[in-house]
Amino acid sequence: MVEWINSLPPVMWAAGLPASEQFAIFSLLKIVIAIFAVVMPMVAYSVIAERRISAWIQDRVGPNRVGIPFTKIHLWGLGQPMADGVKSILKEDFTPAHVRKIYFWLAPAIAMIPALMTLAVIPFGNTVTPGSGEANKAVIADLNVGILYTFGIVSLSVYSIVLAGYASNSKYPFLGGIRSSAQMISYEIAMGMSIIPVFMLVGELNLTKVVEYQANGAWIVFKQPIAFIVFLIAAFAETNRLPFDMPESESELVGGYNTEYSSMKFAMFFMGEYAAMIAVSAMMVVLFLGGWTLPFAGLNESADSLGMGLIQLGIFISKLLLFMGLFIWIRWMLPRFRYDRLMDVGWKRFVPLALANIVVTAIYLYLTIPK
Amino acid sequence: MAKEVQRVKLSLWERLFFPTLINGFKVTLGHFLSFKKSKVYEHKNKTNKFKTTLNYPEELWSVPEGFRGAPYLVNDQDGSTKCVSCQLCEFVCPPKAIRITPPGIDGEDAHREGAEKMPEDFEINMLRCIFCGFCEEVCPEQAIFLAKDYYEGYNEKLMNRDYALTGSNREEMVFHKDKLLERGGTHHDRIKKWEKKTQDAKEQESFPVTMAEKNIND
Repeated sequence: MVEWINSLPPVMWAAGLPASEQFAIFSLLKIVIAIFAVVMPMVAYSVIAERRISAWIQDRVGPNRVGIPFTKIHLWGLGQPMADGVKSILKEDFTPAHVRKIYFWLAPAIAMIPALMTLAVIPFGNTVTPGSGEANKAVIADLNVGILYTFGIVSLSVYSIVLAGYASNSKYPFLGGIRSSAQMISYEIAMGMSIIPVFMLVGELNLTKVVEYQANGAWIVFKQPIAFIVFLIAAFAETNRLPFDMPESESELVGGYNTEYSSMKFAMFFMGEYAAMIAVSAMMVVLFLGGWTLPFAGLNESADSLGMGLIQLGIFISKLLLFMGLFIWIRWMLPRFRYDRLMDVGWKRFVPLALANIVVTAIYLYLTIPK
Repeated sequence: MAKEVQRVKLSLWERLFFPTLINGFKVTLGHFLSFKKSKVYEHKNKTNKFKTTLNYPEELWSVPEGFRGAPYLVNDQDGSTKCVSCQLCEFVCPPKAIRITPPGIDGEDAHREGAEKMPEDFEINMLRCIFCGFCEEVCPEQAIFLAKDYYEGYNEKLMNRDYALTGSNREEMVFHKDKLLERGGTHHDRIKKWEKKTQDAKEQESFPVTMAEKNIND
């Protein structure tokens, strides 16, 4: 398999290039594959999963029609994302007269980009060392400040909603934008503080190192359960999912920040939300659930073949899907928080809890680690 | 006077949202795993619990009694048009969806003997119709009905139920006399008003009229 890949003309051509250019080409390849072969289909299918699961929870039928076009094959509605996409593109892209056009167009793009950029530092698989070949890291950018980069990018995602609310120049989106700015900034603090103990344990900011730390011992979720719970709940608030979907809240704000949007621009917000869910799930898997590892059958050791690497990739993705399922499930379970309660929980409960967790972890480490 | 609502004092455990969460998981998981069947599988289902929505074109709603569907004209049992083109329905129609073209002086006679006239054309614009049923109520001849269910000779494949009136353009949605009569089907007329009138008219042709005697004999 590897020999066959190595003998392909583009690979042969790439092998002749200088190392820096090779690195650029392979990074680009990884980005293209990760985005268009993995993340975008996952976004599309999490939408249909959301719709079907919500239907089952509410004793409805759900979308079960679209299969392969022009045939009678239904495939339990698995063709729905395609139909949704075609519909979104063909719909009239209506821009109201009263909007601020530049920001109005910019906001949907910003919704999508941070979520995808966060995925760059996520180690989605083990380092594969096939045969005598060199080690291929299964991460797009192996930054040694991984988590700082992630938080830097994640904090950008609030701009899309705030800009959408501001640019729409109408009251409901504006209220949604204001709510989101307050909500996302507050929960970012709780989120950032909750994972400090994790990095105190690991001693590195590189996410690949975090997974390696967990491969050699227990998963961090067992060592830092409070950090995990705070991070999980903050993740719900950061991705604007119920019970914290204040910026959107259909029942009171008519859809919040995306009230004035239609067609593909609306779909971009929609996809951005799911991409953010995937990104934050991937982060939770890496930080707390041991990334691509499973603590048995030698699955937490470095992969020496492509097959092993793919199995570990599969483990990563199934853990990720577990979190996606949780996100979807919770949405159809809990009603929306009251806004002051949301702020209360964020500032008066989670921030002190995360701070206390940091202090306790620090004391524990001071007492246990030999100097 | 404002009434003060006494809030229930929650324990610490309750304030942590955990009981709510556990209950929520229980309820949603219960519904998720109940696998209620769609009505298509009615024969396989013993619990008599169904999904709340239908697989629409295959499964259809059972329309309740008194449902006001699309208004259609009817024939009587002899196959003649009951409408006498009195235009009451046209006048009463709130959205002015009905338009009747009367036959005029030289127009075609009514099918039924004794009846003066029948409409040359009877249009109902189904896009304007609000299904109020005034036309049915006002009709002195019981010639127009808001159909509850599909018409006679209904084609299963067309799926043309009265609560799902469809068409691809505006002209198609203006139903003319032939279509209305075809969809309305037959209404069994027990009174046979025009038959009696014709009989009376025939009796009056011979003079002297013996109505008083006739009544005594009856």
